[in-house]
Amino acid sequence: MFYREAGDFKTSYREDSQTFPLALDRWAYRLLMAVAVLVVPFVIDGYWANAILVPFLIYAIAAIGLNILVGYAGQLSLGTGGFMAVGAYAVYKLSVAFPGINIVFHIIAAGGITALVGMLFGLPSLRIKGFYLAVATLAAQFFLVWLFNKVPWFYNYSASGQINAPDRSVLGWMVTGPLATPAAKYLICLAFAFVVAWIARNLTRGMTGRKWMAIRDMDIAAEIIGVNPLTAKLTAFGVSSFFIGIAGALFFAVYLGAAEVGEAFGINKSFLILFMVIIGGLGSIFGSFAGAAFMVLLPVALKNLLVGGFGWPTDLAAHIELMIVGGLIVIFLIAEPHGLAQLWRLTKEKLRLWPFPH
Amino acid sequence: MDQLLYAAEVVANGLMAGVMYALVALGFVLIYKASGVFNYAQGVLCLFAALTLVGIQQGQVPFAHLINAITGGHLDHFGWTVPSALAIVLTAAVMVGVAWAVNILILRHLVNQPPIILFMATIGLAYFLEGLGDVMWGADVKTLDIGIPQGVSETIEGWTDRAFGYGFFIDRLDLVATAVATALVAALVLFSQYTKQGRAMRAVADDHQAALSVGISLRFIWVLVWSIAGFVALVAGIMWGTKSGVQFSLSLIALKALPVLMLGGFTSIPGAIIGGLIIGVGEKLFEYFVGPMIGGATENWFAYVLALLFLVFRPQGLFGERIIERV
Repeated sequence: MFYREAGDFKTSYREDSQTFPLALDRWAYRLLMAVAVLVVPFVIDGYWANAILVPFLIYAIAAIGLNILVGYAGQLSLGTGGFMAVGAYAVYKLSVAFPGINIVFHIIAAGGITALVGMLFGLPSLRIKGFYLAVATLAAQFFLVWLFNKVPWFYNYSASGQINAPDRSVLGWMVTGPLATPAAKYLICLAFAFVVAWIARNLTRGMTGRKWMAIRDMDIAAEIIGVNPLTAKLTAFGVSSFFIGIAGALFFAVYLGAAEVGEAFGINKSFLILFMVIIGGLGSIFGSFAGAAFMVLLPVALKNLLVGGFGWPTDLAAHIELMIVGGLIVIFLIAEPHGLAQLWRLTKEKLRLWPFPH
Repeated sequence: MDQLLYAAEVVANGLMAGVMYALVALGFVLIYKASGVFNYAQGVLCLFAALTLVGIQQGQVPFAHLINAITGGHLDHFGWTVPSALAIVLTAAVMVGVAWAVNILILRHLVNQPPIILFMATIGLAYFLEGLGDVMWGADVKTLDIGIPQGVSETIEGWTDRAFGYGFFIDRLDLVATAVATALVAALVLFSQYTKQGRAMRAVADDHQAALSVGISLRFIWVLVWSIAGFVALVAGIMWGTKSGVQFSLSLIALKALPVLMLGGFTSIPGAIIGGLIIGVGEKLFEYFVGPMIGGATENWFAYVLALLFLVFRPQGLFGERIIERV
């Protein structure tokens, strides 16, 4: 009733295969984008930008990247934190070395560097599979974090071992450093999230995505029907790391401003992003956004409720958060392995028939 | 000559460290063999067991923080201490309870799911148990003392000093750990070879379907296996807790055990032990010879990179079963 496809006739192949086949969806999406671009930047304040919207957009980019690897190509990776660190350090070195070039290009280049590193660590995936590979990607995580900690060249020999984002602007607006306004930070993250989601969506429904999914569903069978596992797996690692590198670059340059590799890009970050992908929905771009939103909002909501509402100590709230996150992972895996994205799909199905379910 | 002797000491210490890794790795192997679940939560089980042991031993009120937060009270200790032996038995009982709950609440619902899903479920379990342990017993660093001797063994130092003119520094705790690990492995082998339950366990490990069809209760065997793994976690938790205190970082030893498993093969108990020894010796030697040249702290990643390189050439590990894939 509310959500209808009746009267929505497709007359061309192009119309039939668009991302949002239903007119209602299309208009809802356009409305959302209009609000995001035309309204939010004018009402956003520092708290909303730093606590919710900017981390949400950055984590969404990282989750899309990991979702391509885990959800579409079926290669479980626990090295996300390490790859985000590559993006962060790459953008740092580039923006310090070439101050004349716009930082947007640095961020994209940082993604490219991360893609190369990701493909290098993806090479073993040709021989080892499943959780053997998951454990192998931990090698990337620990090695990269150690590397950025130990080699002073990466942090330009700074005394603290930290990297600090230099002040850079895009179209006259400061986007990094202390002078950046919340709106500018939000807008640049939104722009990247939009482009990444758009590329990912179109990659995953094209030939590349089908190859990834064939490898995921059964790699030997895929090989027999002519999917080259070498190119399929390496492109998955490359594209995934590209997005994760961009997320890492934004996370450092726009969100944190200063970072220390062990704290900002430790193993916990890898798990956090994996959880976003599981809760949001494996193999779904929308799920990556939903999972990122969920995992960003959950701690904020719990903190407001437990610490702000009940007056409980902060550490207790943090432990309960661990329990809830862990419990939710298990519940989602048991009850709804396709995550929030599948719940959303089911809701739409129900609304389509409402109020007559039969 | 001195350098050689020093290297020998490094090797000896590496062997001891390897035994400690192998203790954790054993728990992984047991569960993987019997149920095909790669249990990421094994390290957190160690932490949880150690926390529970300290809590029971010192008479802490479980959930004291939570109760205090809700009621505004000041509960902390019951005011008694429990003897170590009794505390260990009680903790073992708690671990059996955990095993039972994990089976009822999680594994039963995930039968026939792909291994990756089960793996991710155990990551969720790890987070949950970690939070639960902290909420139950508090997150502060605790010392675990059940009377295991610690510190440098003077006997060995004096003996080697007389023999080679160079005193070996070996921690007595490591010697105890080696003895305990040997006893544990012997007990596990005897159990699986000579008891009815042990035979059933091996049957399940071999083929679930066939084991079911000859009347073995899969559910019981899984609870049994997880209980044994919980007990192994308790032993490992005691050793590691005595060595470095009971705190969050204890759960990270699971991450140390993973490369051990990859090297030794997921399905092999001897593999876990040999893998542990190789990694223990390898990372100590690498840190000693190569570490100073590249900035040290190589122990964080050496095990992983070694295991990764090894797997590229032999994907099933040293003693793992050959992976045969069919469409």
